[in-house]
Amino acid sequence: MSQASQNHPGQGHALLLLELDGAGAHPAAWRASRSRPEAVLTPARLRDVILAAESAGFHGATIADGRLPEGPDAAARLNALQRAAFAGPITRSIALIPEVDTVYTEPFHISTQLASLDYVSGGRAGWLVAASTSSADAAAVGRETVRGGRLAQEAADAIEVSRRLWDSWEDDAVIRDVPTGRYLDVDKLHYSDFEGGNYAVKGPSIVPRPLQGQLPVLAPAGLLAPEELVAGAVDGLLVSAPTPELLSAELTETREALAAFGAGAAPALIAELDVVLDARGQAAAERLAALDAHTPWDSTRARFLGTATGLTELLAEVLAVADGVRLHPAVLDTDLEELSRLVLPELRRRGILAPVVLDASFRDQLGLARPASRHAATPAAGN
Amino acid sequence: MSHNPYPNPARESTPSGQLSLGVFFQGVNSGTIWKSAESGSQTDFESFRRLAQTAERGLFSAFFLGEGLRLREHLGRPHALDVAGRPDAQTALAALAAVTSHIGLVATQNTTYNDPADLAHRLSSLDLISGGRAAWNIVTTDNAWTGANFRRGGYLDHADRYVHAEAFVQTAKRIWDAWDEDAVASSPSADRWAAPGAVRRVHHTGRHYTVDVTPGLPRSAQYRPVLFQAGDSPDGRDFAARQADVIFSAHPQLEDALQFRRDIVERTLKAGRGANDVKIMPASEFILAATPEEALEKKAWVRELQIGPQQAIAYLEQFWGRELQGFDPDGPLPEIDPVVEETSETRGSGFHGAKARQLADQWRAEAKEKGLSIRQFVSAKTSRGDSTFTGSYAEVADRLAEYARTGAVDGFNISPWLIPSGLDDIVNHLVPALQERGVYPSEYAGTTLRENLGLATPVRPVAAAEAVANAVRV
Ligand SMILES: Cc1cc2nc3c(=O)[nH]c(=O)nc-3n(C[C@H](O)[C@H](O)[C@H](O)COP(=O)(O)O)c2cc1C
Repeated sequence: MSQASQNHPGQGHALLLLELDGAGAHPAAWRASRSRPEAVLTPARLRDVILAAESAGFHGATIADGRLPEGPDAAARLNALQRAAFAGPITRSIALIPEVDTVYTEPFHISTQLASLDYVSGGRAGWLVAASTSSADAAAVGRETVRGGRLAQEAADAIEVSRRLWDSWEDDAVIRDVPTGRYLDVDKLHYSDFEGGNYAVKGPSIVPRPLQGQLPVLAPAGLLAPEELVAGAVDGLLVSAPTPELLSAELTETREALAAFGAGAAPALIAELDVVLDARGQAAAERLAALDAHTPWDSTRARFLGTATGLTELLAEVLAVADGVRLHPAVLDTDLEELSRLVLPELRRRGILAPVVLDASFRDQLGLARPASRHAATPAAGN
Repeated sequence: MSHNPYPNPARESTPSGQLSLGVFFQGVNSGTIWKSAESGSQTDFESFRRLAQTAERGLFSAFFLGEGLRLREHLGRPHALDVAGRPDAQTALAALAAVTSHIGLVATQNTTYNDPADLAHRLSSLDLISGGRAAWNIVTTDNAWTGANFRRGGYLDHADRYVHAEAFVQTAKRIWDAWDEDAVASSPSADRWAAPGAVRRVHHTGRHYTVDVTPGLPRSAQYRPVLFQAGDSPDGRDFAARQADVIFSAHPQLEDALQFRRDIVERTLKAGRGANDVKIMPASEFILAATPEEALEKKAWVRELQIGPQQAIAYLEQFWGRELQGFDPDGPLPEIDPVVEETSETRGSGFHGAKARQLADQWRAEAKEKGLSIRQFVSAKTSRGDSTFTGSYAEVADRLAEYARTGAVDGFNISPWLIPSGLDDIVNHLVPALQERGVYPSEYAGTTLRENLGLATPVRPVAAAEAVANAVRV
């Protein structure tokens, strides 16, 4: 469960996350890339990009999933969870946070895949919860399109199923007790017995408890009902505003709204920001116009256009009220280079960012303790 | 050349004279020794990395992960005695793709508890992320007990499992066939990322659900994932003969393997495919040492650790349907009768369904006649004698060369009984011995699994046939 974050915004604990998808966040990003269009689907390119993000000092990478909007720039996209898993063994510090849909997927599979991601990344896995509104996704699995309040319900149910399954093996369930011949202590395995509106999941998991115990779960603000947030369904909320100027106000309001709902559980607040930087002698506005001429970049997020210095100032300001920022660079080849050369070093110099720690878990980075399984006997009670 | 006692399995099939090896990392089983000091973790990624990298050093064609979608149970509770708990196959294999370069990555995935469009997409993704090294080991387990973990529950009749599986696999193949070759732009200055009309929509209406999808990923370097099939019933064999590239078989003994080859060749020809179109790799266990004597000693040690006294009692309990903890593992079989009518072997590893009383009588008589204790009896019953190759490196290499020469199998899928060091002696000693005998490659044939198994690239069905398939209810 998430606790009130011990991270005080702006106090040297801020996290920088990078959205790391395809050639960049702009739909036409592939046109401004150095590599061939198909490169986004190759292991070599995945390796290069994730290593560039890690060495730039990003604390985490989110990886988008799902179908890209149709049009001349519609590219193919590899499964996000697999890209995160691929990155696991070749990185040491960056948290790997795939987006995974909750509506048209099997919650049991999601839970075991995420638990496995935690194993292959040495405890650096997270989950960015998505709830698909796409009728194409529904048709692909032969189901009705889910809308309205049921979306939030599907998301909440899938999170609950995963959390129960992650707790269904206590940490010390594997005992390898030679005298009794028991590999498992069966008293430390538990059925999940989830029963939601649409389906039931029996459990226990087929994967032992993840390294982090519970993976940090992030969701866009507004997806889940406030009751779910207060009950600790998520550990981080992605907060969005229409303009950079409005971001700080939105963050403050969200924090106050959560506090008003009470109960002390407060997910980390992560601000969302699209980024186009002046680069290689070209102004950001010019770069954007050139890309938009192919397919306009429709995004509901705030967008920064300008110099690295300007972005640094804006981030310093936002990070005074947010626990972190997630950047969506227009073109990875170009903007990631600028971020890595000019923006991150300056933020680090100012002491705003959390240190990058080798082998730290994602929970560590979020300032969250490793929770005991809900079934674990308290130490005093013995066992 | 000496006289060949084993004529070609079928005139039509041509032995390649070569073997390939795969490794099956068993996540849930009673065969992996966890009681020895050398036994490592079954879940740490390091175990997977070490085994996969050792296999790659030994030029293995494939690294397999199994799947079980509900934790095994014994007498109504999770089973305490066997190794259990393993990662999701495709997630672990995607991670291994980053630390290996040639070995095939085979995910066992169930047709009953997955959606075709989703599974086909994820397998394509694994195939691309590994540079064309992915495979799907198709399994068809179906029962309400496993279904209790999934949205649809236990919706499928056992009798329909292969009918359902076949429609599933055909849909997956159409999804993989949906992108034209060279559909993706070759340069950033192209008009579109994907050529217009290069992707076909796939529609399928079946008994249990419909699929309507525009496939999201292009072909990989090996066109599409290689298909393995594991399942031995006549329906399972026919299904493999029609749909699979490789059978993960349960027939490693030479005579039996030749028999199985004949059967599969016949079924494959009947399915309208070439005699060699379906490769065969039986599951197998190797217990090797420098000398035959040492190998036998090692085998005794391995068996002792695999079947301890508790395992012996638990084995009987699953057929008796009751606790038998009071019985001496070194004494005779229990005189008391089973409390169940039908036996059901530990849930999750298959169902027996024999008449329990009859079976108990039969076993008691058998044990008495042979003078076997519970432990000896169970050890004999469970010893995978059939699939075990025991002997010196040279001896076993000679035996395997015979398989290559007769074409009984295309290779072996090895289940190591020790994790993560279980392939070390095979790679260090057996592989060179096989290479000396000219029956094992000295380098990878290519970078895709299809190349390394010697499989032909699939041919996309002609557009007209596809249009008909799209219009017809499959
Ligand atoms: C060598 C071998 C390995 C298998 N591995 C798995 C596995 O990992 N997971 C699974 O659910 N079933 C596995 N199976 C079971 C088969 O997929 C199939 O469900 C079972 O054999 C019953 O099918 P049948 O009636 O055609 O034999 C395996 C079978 C064989 C022969």
